[in-house]
Amino acid sequence: MSAPAPSMFTPAAKAMAEKLGLKMGRANLDEFAATLEELAKANPNIVAVTSDSRGSGKLAPFGKALPKQIVEVGIAEQNLVGITAGLAACGKKSFGVSPGCFLTARSLEQIKNDVCYSDVPAVLIGISSGVSYGALGTTHHSLHDLAVLRAINNITILVPADNFETREAILFAAKATKPVFVRFGKAAMFGLHKPDTKFEVGKAVQLRDGNNVAFIATGETVVHALLAAGQLVERGLNCRVLSMHTIKPLDTEAILKAGRECRAVITVEEHMVNGGLGEACAAALMQAGVSKPFRIVGFPDEETVPGAQADIFRHYGISMEGLSETALQLLK
Amino acid sequence: MTDRELQLKAVHLRKKTLEAIYEAGAGHTGGGLSCLDILNVLYNRVLNVSPETFSSPTRDRYVQSKGHSVEALYAVLADRGFFPEADLKTICHYQSHYVGHPTRHIPGIEMNTGALGHGLPICIGMALAAKMDGAKFRVFTLLGDGELAEGSNWEAALAAAHYKLDNLTAIIDHNTLQITGHTRDVMSNEPLDEKWRAFGWAVKVVNGHDYAALTEALSKPAELGKPTCVIANTTKGRGVSFMENVAKWHHGVPSEAELKQALAELDAAEAKLKEG
Repeated sequence: MSAPAPSMFTPAAKAMAEKLGLKMGRANLDEFAATLEELAKANPNIVAVTSDSRGSGKLAPFGKALPKQIVEVGIAEQNLVGITAGLAACGKKSFGVSPGCFLTARSLEQIKNDVCYSDVPAVLIGISSGVSYGALGTTHHSLHDLAVLRAINNITILVPADNFETREAILFAAKATKPVFVRFGKAAMFGLHKPDTKFEVGKAVQLRDGNNVAFIATGETVVHALLAAGQLVERGLNCRVLSMHTIKPLDTEAILKAGRECRAVITVEEHMVNGGLGEACAAALMQAGVSKPFRIVGFPDEETVPGAQADIFRHYGISMEGLSETALQLLK
Repeated sequence: MTDRELQLKAVHLRKKTLEAIYEAGAGHTGGGLSCLDILNVLYNRVLNVSPETFSSPTRDRYVQSKGHSVEALYAVLADRGFFPEADLKTICHYQSHYVGHPTRHIPGIEMNTGALGHGLPICIGMALAAKMDGAKFRVFTLLGDGELAEGSNWEAALAAAHYKLDNLTAIIDHNTLQITGHTRDVMSNEPLDEKWRAFGWAVKVVNGHDYAALTEALSKPAELGKPTCVIANTTKGRGVSFMENVAKWHHGVPSEAELKQALAELDAAEAKLKEG
């Protein structure tokens, strides 16, 4: 047995999760793989394309069950995106699946031209995104993907926070007639949603209401914002938490509402602070003339600190404790 | 259409290509003239595609990986009736969809290309889709020889052979010149035929201006279970004496006087063909 990975949650955070009734689910990666296999069994037009990544993408069972619906391209991400685009152009519902770090850097030109500019209904899945491969270093981090894809026309960008959002994102992508990018990590995630929650691309989900601080978070950071909001109640603060699962098109309405109704806004993302969710929110607020104390929590423009995903999150303040502290400072 | 009729058409298409580049004030002259006979054979003899069948899922697919030679492609597509010939006068104009590289806004264009090294991977996806569906359509792409320095081509070369895509044909417009000069000086890539064979392709080397040879090479896959690579030896700037084999005509735009001279040469070639 190898040593266990550092926990993403302190004992206090775990206690808060229990208090909020959050139940631990599986990794969004597992949810994606199971959903895609289920869809592909019902729709033989669905094809997964992998770059020696079927193991990392948890698609080995898919490959065994549906060998005619998976294309292996080898370690060749540019080719992966080109082939995914060509399949889509000929009527296939193709899902190109590769680690986010390679998919959105090495093959960026293929995403821009072959998928987005050519306007084919391909889906690109960035697995183990952000700092999921934490200790493997910067080569394996994707902290640029939201920024670069935001700057490319004609792609929907989805960053699910939990298993529910992941499944909904994949269901949407499977029906989409335009390019879609979905990114997530490989750690097990708490379920954050009530059973009757409606998922709509381009519409943030409000997980908690409040008018002191608005946390606008995306992807696997949302749980930390929710825990922080729980902790801040103990300090007499009611905080709003938005899960901004769609980075493009951005739910400007929810952002402006939060900016107008709350005393301060904190954005949280597993991404560099340059060009991600935070700057998108800042632009929306500024252009609407909404000025409130504002903080972007993400990774600064520096070589990312070495460590596991949990270590890196904690280092940069993406934790219940870190976000609570940021909120208190911002309200001072 | 006989070889002679196609050759006469080629003269007309060369004129249209040059006039379009002159009108646009921009374009890729040398490479357009070098691949024009290939496009002429593809669209008038080989490809199972027409304006009427362009939306059919079973049409043959052609993706121009060397997207910069778009004026020649536009001239061929207009001649085939995909859009009015008058549209050629709008290339590169404000708000015209006829931009300087192929886009799907134009009838007859399959994919948006222009950045090099993209066509072959896309065509592998298309050829795989055909195989998955048991569809009989064929997939063609045209690459420049300078373009072969892009590594993505070689990723794709491996995959096409791995998947035994005998419904895929890659044509290389082997004019041996690129923007900076001779390909052998910029980044040597010979022997091309041996390289493609080593990657598992069936290779045919032809004169890229010989209608009978092009037709023979393109009409059917070279070998069952292997993708076909047709290395078409061509002359950059073909058909206009002062443009032939001169690297500066890669994207040189003719002046009014140069256009006149070029058209006069092509008129003479046309007259000679008609006599013969």
